[in-house]
Amino acid sequence: MTTSKIAKGPSLQQQRVRAAFWFLAPMLVMLAIVAAWPLFRSISFSFTDATADTIFNGKAAWVGFDNYIEQRVRSNGEIRWRGVLLDAEWWNAVWNTVRFSLVSVALETVLGLLVALVLNAEFKGRGLVRAAILIPWAIPTIVSARMWGWMLNDQFGVINQMLLTVGLISEPIAWTARADTAMLAVLIVDVWKTTPFMALLILAGLQMIPRDMYEAAKLDGIHPVKVFFRVTLPLLKPALLVAVIFRVLDALRIFDLIYVLTPQSDATVTMSVLSYRQIQQFGDYGEGSAMSTLLFLIITAFVLLYIKLGRVDLSGEKS
Amino acid sequence: MSRRTPFWTVMFYLGVALIVLIAVFPFYYAVMTSFETGTAIFSPNILPEMFSLDNYASVMNGRNFIRSVGNSVLIAGVTVVCALFLAVTASYALARVRFRGRGLLLMTILAVSMFPQIAVLSGLYELIKLFGIYNTPFALMLSYTIFTLPFTVWVLTTFMRDLPVEIEEAAIVDGATPWIIITQVFMPLLWPALVTTGLLAFIGAWNEFLFALTFTISETERTVPVAIALLSGASVQEIPWGPIMAASVIVTVPLIILVLIFQRKIVAGLTAGGVKG
Repeated sequence: MTTSKIAKGPSLQQQRVRAAFWFLAPMLVMLAIVAAWPLFRSISFSFTDATADTIFNGKAAWVGFDNYIEQRVRSNGEIRWRGVLLDAEWWNAVWNTVRFSLVSVALETVLGLLVALVLNAEFKGRGLVRAAILIPWAIPTIVSARMWGWMLNDQFGVINQMLLTVGLISEPIAWTARADTAMLAVLIVDVWKTTPFMALLILAGLQMIPRDMYEAAKLDGIHPVKVFFRVTLPLLKPALLVAVIFRVLDALRIFDLIYVLTPQSDATVTMSVLSYRQIQQFGDYGEGSAMSTLLFLIITAFVLLYIKLGRVDLSGEKS
Repeated sequence: MSRRTPFWTVMFYLGVALIVLIAVFPFYYAVMTSFETGTAIFSPNILPEMFSLDNYASVMNGRNFIRSVGNSVLIAGVTVVCALFLAVTASYALARVRFRGRGLLLMTILAVSMFPQIAVLSGLYELIKLFGIYNTPFALMLSYTIFTLPFTVWVLTTFMRDLPVEIEEAAIVDGATPWIIITQVFMPLLWPALVTTGLLAFIGAWNEFLFALTFTISETERTVPVAIALLSGASVQEIPWGPIMAASVIVTVPLIILVLIFQRKIVAGLTAGGVKG
């Protein structure tokens, strides 16, 4: 029943499957080398006490789950627990990552929806607007981090200057350095950069909604706001859901923006940044890999959710 | 649209203007700063105060910036060409041939493209040391394959699925092998998709930061994002904002031009990778 209609007999289908195998083999070998094997090794490191010195000479010892959680009995009989799972710094990073992901994706979805609705309307200069909103997306993350770092500069930044002129603040704010504004700064830059992407994905969903739906609603004299909540939003839900999960996955692994914009701030350090610090700065491959493995597990859970909720048509059987 | 009152029309266009302003202003401000030197740079202003190419000259002459641009072009270019080469045949198999486990395979490829890069960092580092390619462009070409390859396979598969089945049937009737079908029949139809996918993968490789930061150590081997991120003055107080903005403009303008030229195709490619699934 799954044989395609072009298959005239088993031999042709067999020939095609054999060709398919050889077509896929190079890609699979490549992915095994650059993805599967390094992932396996990273997870393995998380069960060892590997450091920058022992990682290459094979002297790293197997320590089980000690990097995650470990019970130590001191000489005086006192029991101490340690490990990533008990590390306040780690949970701070988890909290930062979750906080960042939730707020940024929520803002990007709402703003993206607004921009998409505007772009879906017919007006003069629509092409120009579409081109303009592609600019933040086209700018490399590192460049936008530096650009905004300059605009948010405490002494010479144009943002402080503007806010002072309008009278919203009474003295310049060190946006990226202060603990209470660092996350806000990161959110501003991320929302600015990623809303266009969200808007384009949502716009593609909007354009799949048949126009006559709106025509019918219009003829019946239904208020546009009601049309939006009763017609547009329900029909948009599948596209919206997939876009949101896609973005959440991206947000959970954020590294470069935070590394460049707020390098030293504890208020913004995320799971990726902390894991990188542990590995690169402190040479602690064991704990650093334990952190990255935990992040991997969290993201895997989201990928499974994405595939289930998004009802991704994986094999193309639908069409 | 037709029933809108003048008030709402004005509000609508104000909203549009606001969107454009927010989208464009930061880049405009960076361009303006890049032309300023001396004290002018430290007085925030919305309109240009002066025009000088000193910052550009200092970026181009100083250190290894041109070398970094060269590294980035080379690494992103080679990575994308290799990924496309592997992806074309693979996506033909995934889009056009029915075999058991195809769904699972596609799911795995999608999962790899959503990998947190940090999860493979220490393993990749070990592999790169093992191959003896640490601190060379090859380290980055190899590691970038981890995101360019799944992405190109995924997007090309969705494109290839949409090609009419009749063309392939006709070729099969004429006795064409799968290889002939790909190279002679599908490639001419597919090149716009290849350009789009290649461009998106190129942007991804061009912008990559974590691997480039980890797998290079000397200034001459750096890519552009690392060079810009680590561009610093003698002390924290002396961040050279002018040259940083000039460097930012230099590496961003070509990207913006490319993106604007391929606007429509990029949107199609993005939605193929994201929403359509």
